[in-house]
This record gives sequence, C-alpha cells and structure tokens, in this order.
Amino acid sequence: MRRRLATDRYSYSHGQGTLPAAMKREALSHNDTRGGDTRGGADRRAASAAQAARAVPASRGSEACDLRRQTGLFAWGLPLAQAGGSFWLPDPASTTAHYTDYLFYAIFYISAFFFALIVVLMTVFLILYRRRDSRSKADKAPSHSTVLELFWTFVPVCIVIYIFAAGFIGYMEMRTAPPDAYEIRVTGQKWKWFFTYPTGYVDENLHVPIDRPVRLVMTSRDVIHSLFIPAFRLKMDLVPGRYTSTWFHAVRPGEYPLLCAEYCGDNHSSMLAEVVVHEPGRFEKWLEEASNFMKNLSPVEAGRILYQRQGCAQCHSLDGTRKVGPSFKNAYGEPVRFADGTTAVADENYLRESILVPDAKIVAGYPPQMPPYQGLLDEDKIAALIAFIKSLSDAHADEATPPADADEAPAPDASP
Amino acid sequence: MDHSSSAPVDYLHADRGIRSWIFTLDHKRIGVMYLVGIAASLVLGGLFALAIRTHLAIPALTHGTTPAASVPAVGEPAAVAAPEAAAVQADAAAGLAAEGQAPTAASTLQETPPRYLLTPRQYNRVFTLHGAIMIFLVIIPGIPAALGNFVLPLMLGAKDVAFPRLNLASFHLWVIGAVFFLAVLFTGGLDTGWTFYTPYSTTTDTRVVTAALGAFILGFSSIFTGINFIATVHMLRARGMSWFKMPLFVWSLYATAVIQVLATPVLGITLLLVAAERIFGLGIFDPKLGGDPVLFQHFFWFYSHPAVYIMILPGMGVVSESISTFSRKHIFGYRFIAFSSVAIALLGFLVWGHHMFTSGQSRLAGMIFSALTFSVSIPSAIKVFNWLATMYKGSISLQTPMCYALAFLFLFGIGGLTGLFLGALSTDVHLHDTYFVVAHFHYVMFGGTLVAFLGGLHYWWPKMTGKMFDETLGRLGALAIFLGLNLTFFPQFVLGSRGMPRRYFDYSLLLDRHPEFAGLNVLSTAGAFLTGLGFVIVVICLAHSLWRGRPAPANPWGAATLEWQTSSPPPKENFLRPPVLSESYDPYYLDDLEYDDKTGAYAGVPLGLA
Repeated sequence: MRRRLATDRYSYSHGQGTLPAAMKREALSHNDTRGGDTRGGADRRAASAAQAARAVPASRGSEACDLRRQTGLFAWGLPLAQAGGSFWLPDPASTTAHYTDYLFYAIFYISAFFFALIVVLMTVFLILYRRRDSRSKADKAPSHSTVLELFWTFVPVCIVIYIFAAGFIGYMEMRTAPPDAYEIRVTGQKWKWFFTYPTGYVDENLHVPIDRPVRLVMTSRDVIHSLFIPAFRLKMDLVPGRYTSTWFHAVRPGEYPLLCAEYCGDNHSSMLAEVVVHEPGRFEKWLEEASNFMKNLSPVEAGRILYQRQGCAQCHSLDGTRKVGPSFKNAYGEPVRFADGTTAVADENYLRESILVPDAKIVAGYPPQMPPYQGLLDEDKIAALIAFIKSLSDAHADEATPPADADEAPAPDASP
Repeated sequence: MDHSSSAPVDYLHADRGIRSWIFTLDHKRIGVMYLVGIAASLVLGGLFALAIRTHLAIPALTHGTTPAASVPAVGEPAAVAAPEAAAVQADAAAGLAAEGQAPTAASTLQETPPRYLLTPRQYNRVFTLHGAIMIFLVIIPGIPAALGNFVLPLMLGAKDVAFPRLNLASFHLWVIGAVFFLAVLFTGGLDTGWTFYTPYSTTTDTRVVTAALGAFILGFSSIFTGINFIATVHMLRARGMSWFKMPLFVWSLYATAVIQVLATPVLGITLLLVAAERIFGLGIFDPKLGGDPVLFQHFFWFYSHPAVYIMILPGMGVVSESISTFSRKHIFGYRFIAFSSVAIALLGFLVWGHHMFTSGQSRLAGMIFSALTFSVSIPSAIKVFNWLATMYKGSISLQTPMCYALAFLFLFGIGGLTGLFLGALSTDVHLHDTYFVVAHFHYVMFGGTLVAFLGGLHYWWPKMTGKMFDETLGRLGALAIFLGLNLTFFPQFVLGSRGMPRRYFDYSLLLDRHPEFAGLNVLSTAGAFLTGLGFVIVVICLAHSLWRGRPAPANPWGAATLEWQTSSPPPKENFLRPPVLSESYDPYYLDDLEYDDKTGAYAGVPLGLA
C-alpha cells in the first residue's frame, strides 16, 4: 500500500508538477513554436531530452518485469503500481496531456467534496433524526427557503462555469495544430491501421519524431473508427467519406498503445497499433530505411512485411488456421473450390486477381469480406506478396527461404 | 367476488379470465401487465449482462498462462505479469489449448484466443441486445408505463387515464415491439450496439431492419403513454387540485411525457431512414451512397439524449415521494423540485452534441454543447440538496423504499458527478468510448433509474397487490443490489480512465502494458454476480408477499397523496367517491396522520380532503 502511494506521488510530481506553472510554460512554448522562435524549440528539445533521460521505459520491457519480480507485486490489488501513472490515469506523454490531467483531478476533488458532503449529511441526518418510536412525528422545520435555494443554485453554477472554461481551454489546444506540424495520414480499415508518411511509405504503426509536433489527417475505408492514444489523452474519430484531424507533440521517447475506441465489428478489440516515439534525430533515419524496404529486401522478405502492413494478417493465417479468410499456408499451387461450384488451381494469376479484385472468385465457405487492393499496390508489391505466399507452400517453396516464426502482434519493425 | 359484502370489489377481482386482462381498459391492470413484461425483459437483459461479465473475467484469469510462456522464441516474459492466483485456475484451460495446437508454431498462440465464454460475434450480439433490451424494453417504459400507469390517475384522484383505449394500445404495441426484439434474438441477432451507428448498421449482415422496426414500434408505445399522461394531468385532476397541489411524482411524469411526445418521433424517423437505406439503397447515412454517417449521430442523439431524462426524471419523482414519506416531513422546496423537472426536460433537448465531441464536429459546436450540458447539471443538484433538506429534522424510518431512495442519492450522486468529467471538453476526449462512460451511465441508469424503479415498486407494492412484503428480505435485497452495483461499476471508472475502451471482446493484448485491467475486471464480474443475487432476493421477497404477506392497509407508510386514501388494492373505479380537495390540502402535510400500532397502518384523513 505504501509503495503504491509512493508511486502515485512520484508520477503526480513527474507528470503534472505545479500545474498552473506548467500550463503557463507549455502555453508559452506553443506560442514560441507558432512564432517560429528557434530558442523556444531548442529549449523544448533540451527539456525532452532531459525528460527522456530520466523517463521510465514503457513497462513492456524486461526492466518492468524485473521490477515486478523484485518488488513481488503479484497480488491483484497492486498492479496499478507497476503500470505507471497515477491511480486514475496512465503516465502522460504529450504536451497537451496535462490540460486533461489537471482538469481531471480538479473535477475529481470537486466531485469528491460534494459526494462526501451528500453522504455525510445523509448519514448524520439518518442517525440524528432516526424514528425512535413508530408513532413519533417530525419536528417543526421550514419547508422552503428561497435563500437556501438560491445559494445551492449559485454555487454549482460558479463551479460548472469554471469546469467548462478549463475544459474549453484544453480542448482548443488539442484541436489547434501548430502550423509547423509534421503531417501523417491515417487510414482505418476493419481491423487495421495504416499510417502513410510524406515519403509515401505506409506502416502499420505510428512512428513519430519527438522534436516536432505531429498532425494526423485521418479517414476510414469502411465504418467509423476512433484513434485513441491514452498516454497522449488523445481521441478522434475516423469517418468514412471525410477527413478529421488531430495533433500531438510527444514528450518522452518510447512505445505507447494506440487503440480503436469506436466499435467497428468482430475484431474491434484487436485493432491495435503502437505509437513509437523516436529519440531526437532518429526518426528521419528510421523513415529512410523503412521507406526503402522494397529495394533493400528480397521479394519474400518484403512480402512478409507487406503481409503485416497491408492488413492481410488480420484475416489470413500462415499456419493453416482458419480465420476470416483462407490461410496462406500451402495456398499456392493447390486446387481451390469456389462458392459457385467451379474450381481452379491457385497460380500466380489467381493470387493476383484475388488480391486486386477479391470478389471475382469467392472461395467456398468464406464470406466475401475482403476489400479490393486495386490501385493500392504497385507491381513490385504485388510480386513480393505472391513470392511470400509461394514461400509458404511446402511443395513450391524451393526458391524461397524457409519462413521464420510469424508474429501476428503489432510490433515495430525498427527499434526507436 | 363476494357481492353480498359491503366492501367494494378490488380491481384484481372485479373481472375474471385472461381476456379481462388482455383487453382491459383499467389503467391499473395495464400497469400490472406492463410490470410483468418489464420484469421478464429485465431478467433477459440481466442474463445477457452476466454473460458479458463472465466472458470478460476470463482473459484476466487466463492471461500469461497460455503456452506462449513456454516458447522461448517469443521472448516476452508475459507470464510473469499474471497473478499467481489466476495461474492455478487457468493452467487446466491452457493445458487443453496446448494439446490441440502443440505441432504449430508460436504464431498460433496469438491467433487462437484462449477459450472464452463467447466468440467475438456472439459477444457483440450479446452486448448489443443487453443494451437494446435494457433501454427500450426496461428502463424507458419502467417507471412511467408500469408504476406511472398504475399510480398517476390515483394520485390525481381520477377514475382512469384520459384515453384508456390508447393506453391499452400502448401496451399492445410494447408487446409487439418486444416480439420484434425476440425475433432479432432468434434469427441471427444484431451486432451494431444499441446505438445503431452508421455506416456500420447499414453494412452489417445482422438483423438491423427487424430491430429498427421493433424500436420504432416501441417508440409509438412510448408516445401514446406520453400523450395520455399529458392529457390526464391537464384534464382529470380532482376537484380542487391545482397544479401546485400535485404530487412531485406527477410533475416528473408530466415532464417525462413532454419529452416522450416531442423527442421520440425523431428516433422513429431516424430508424426508418436506416431501414430505408438498407432496403432501398437510399444514400442518407452511408458515404458510399453519398450520405453522411455523422448526420445519423445528430439524429440519434437528438432523441437519445432527451431519452436519458425520460429514464431518470420519473426516478427522481419516486425518490421525492419516498424521502418525504419516510422522513414524515413535508418535502423541502416543492416548487424548486417541480420546476427543476421541467427545466431538465427542456434543457435536455439542447445537449445532444456532447456525445460527439470526438466525432469531428466543429470546435464551436463542441463549445456550445459543453456549455449547455453543464446547465442541465444545475437542476439535478437542486433536487439533491432539497432531498437532503427534507431529511433534516425529520423522523426517518429506514423501510425498504427509503433504503432504495437513499441508495439512489448515493448512486445518482456518483453517476451525476462523473458526468462533469464527460461534459468538460478536454477530459471527455480522453474518457469518451472508454469504460469510464460505461460506469457513468450504469450509475445513472441502473443506480438511478432501476434503483428508483425498485424503490417505487416496493413503495406501491402494497397498493398494487394488497399485500405487505417482508421488511427484512426487502432491505437485504436492497443492500445486496447496492453493494453489488458499486462493486461492478466502480472499478470500471478506473479501467476507463486508464485507457480501456468499451465494447472490447478481449483485452488480453492490453494486459502486458496494463496488468491492472485484470484485477479490475475480475472485481467487476464478482460485483455482477452479487447484483444478480440481490435481484433473486427481491424476487423471493415479493413472491413471498403474494403468497404469505399480510393484507395491506390503505395507508401503510403514512403518505398524504391521494392513492393512499383508497383501499389496497383499490376498487376498479379507484375511489368510491371522487375526492374533493379544499384550499388547505397539501400532498406533503403529514401531521394529521397518526400511526396505529395495532393495525400497523396510518389512520386519519389528510388536511383539506373532504
């Protein structure tokens, strides 16, 4: 118990500090950014680096597990302490998160006060004025008081005006991206995220630099999704047929979960990705390497990456397991039976057609659920995917290297 | 049926046979039939809730004990995170899973989820139907159509509602709507969530049209009840009952009826548009057909936010009655409570956009809706303080309906105050669509409306059935529900604010980073079963009273409102002589009523009643 309290206090001072001062500082630094003042940016970079130095790494790493082992926190009551952050909120990791945290705790203490008031009054009245004799009546007391009514109307009015104003100020910050923000396009599709960088490169995870704000321009290919990064206190819906946008500026390098918050069907709860915040100066290097994976890797290896990034992995397994679509294991070169009763051998042309226009031939027993990839993949990528599927075939894998263990979980391909 | 006796025949025995119930025009019988239907729906919705909670405990109990831990290649010491207690229980399940998949590589472990209670498709159908049944079949008609139907004419001193046939039609429509929902259940289910968000609802292959028609029909049932109540309150008040001599429950029903009549048609139109889009391919909401999915959210919440007040206002009315009666004291601030109901009803129409702060609506719209949302919180606060002031210097008796009323104060306190987090723009962005919202609206809908419904049911039970229930069992049921409800939903606040989204079939992928989700989910599930036990106690208590309860006196609690001035149960025509009120009548002046130990009832006529 004591340990958890200690953690609470630590993260409170770490995450929020003296809040009004922190808010002012952040507001100033935003103004600097907008004005293009390099000194402000440099200050912030230095601050981020310093923060990075003392930051606790994301609890996924082995350090966190060591911590668990050392402290022996195996009981259920205590995992909050390992998970970082305060009792109510995870560790904040963006420049605007403290607006939310500050207001969250302000409302929390206001609510706690009024709730305690209600319960204490209720209990005291219950004890003081309990009916001692079944025939006893109430003492004389007034049944209305305009002064009291106005008092308990006026006080809540003042409080909610304050809460509204604080929420509004934070919201305007969250919704107003700095003009120098780095732009990344986000596309949602059942049940996969696509992050398109300015180079045209598409990744399944959101890699971002730490030294500049990032603006996300988002849309959906099917139903409404919602991008939710708890550590950044950020959420915005992805609506098909229009663009929505949001922005953030990460303050600590590391990996943070990114979730879909708007219910979107069967696999809604596995529509997950990572936000990878790179150390200062490392993002550009990562982007360059990642953008050139088609040139640097063999077709089979490139195909494996595409399999993860283009959403194939959500519905097609690599080991024969039946998912939403047929498995890729031993798919190539085998006869396929279609829903209309016809059959064909799965050759390169069949695979190509199935990727680009999936509804042309539906494999018997599977729902026609796959979105068409016509126009989304260039020739090299189609060839790489086909080479990868071929490599999974026991009979036809002679020209391909044997596949390593596939990892279905969204994991970054490059370390930050 | 003893016509020779001088006592009037009560409404339960006035006519015989099944037809005398199904085609009755008596508001009391219609209320009782509503009660039976709503109770059955509550059981069904409750079983779905237990299925959801049972399902959601399993990832916590099995996490980290899958064979992944034994495969060194994965390199994730995830098993360490698992609580020891869970490890023992889950080993068996994990062993089974390992046997079947031993030959396949580590990748399988990620692809094949552990043996959960439900598949994703089942889970999505179960939470959808839990929500749809609880909202459309239980909570919306709960207090107005079951309790209100029974009590409203009695409280006004009237013989029946203004339009008895419309009242019966409203019940028949409710039954037809319920049949549509059952049809959905048995023909493949519905997986859109009760909110029917487009374009998911226009593209899913589940039974959206059937469910939309069901909700459409239920909407008309609700509108009929609303029209009836408005007309009854305007036209059929007893002679001498001015507006400010009406009981506060009537005021709350009146405010509710206004919302029912004005808001429900919008829901009906919206659901018809969804059905038309699915059937005829009209492009209204689906962007592929040129529609706008966010338009649906505006339409939907234009009804469904005011609907929240359809659900809570009558509950507040019940609490106003109980707190005054069981404190033996005049209600404090009658006019403020009455007008706050009307204020909530009117302001409730202007706040729907607070469900859409992250939908991409403009910043200006967000600001306006947030500001208006806070304006609704003021009338609610006024009511709470007035209830507390009523208890001050009272003579408080903790009988079962009062236990529920105090539980309401506690639970609605939490539900209302956590609404402040969601009305504020910046905090809502983080909390929207997480378990924080789930906890918030269950505290309001379950902790508020359903608890008030149970309180009202116990309060008017002697009047409806003519039997007293066992106080010990009644209080025990209230206590179990109160504790279970807190245990179920309080952990969900923490789950949500720490980042667990709602409507997640499986959260095991989040457990490595959020080991705390495991324990919180298990606590919540334990609470759900305790709540279930509470409901079983309530059923036993009420069933026992029908079987063995002592006959109820006319006025067992000592209230001065008119329904207690006739026999329990009342005769078919409610009052042998229509009550006439003089200028001095006051529904909350209780001092003229004296408790008689021998009969266990209150004797005496309230001041100003001829």
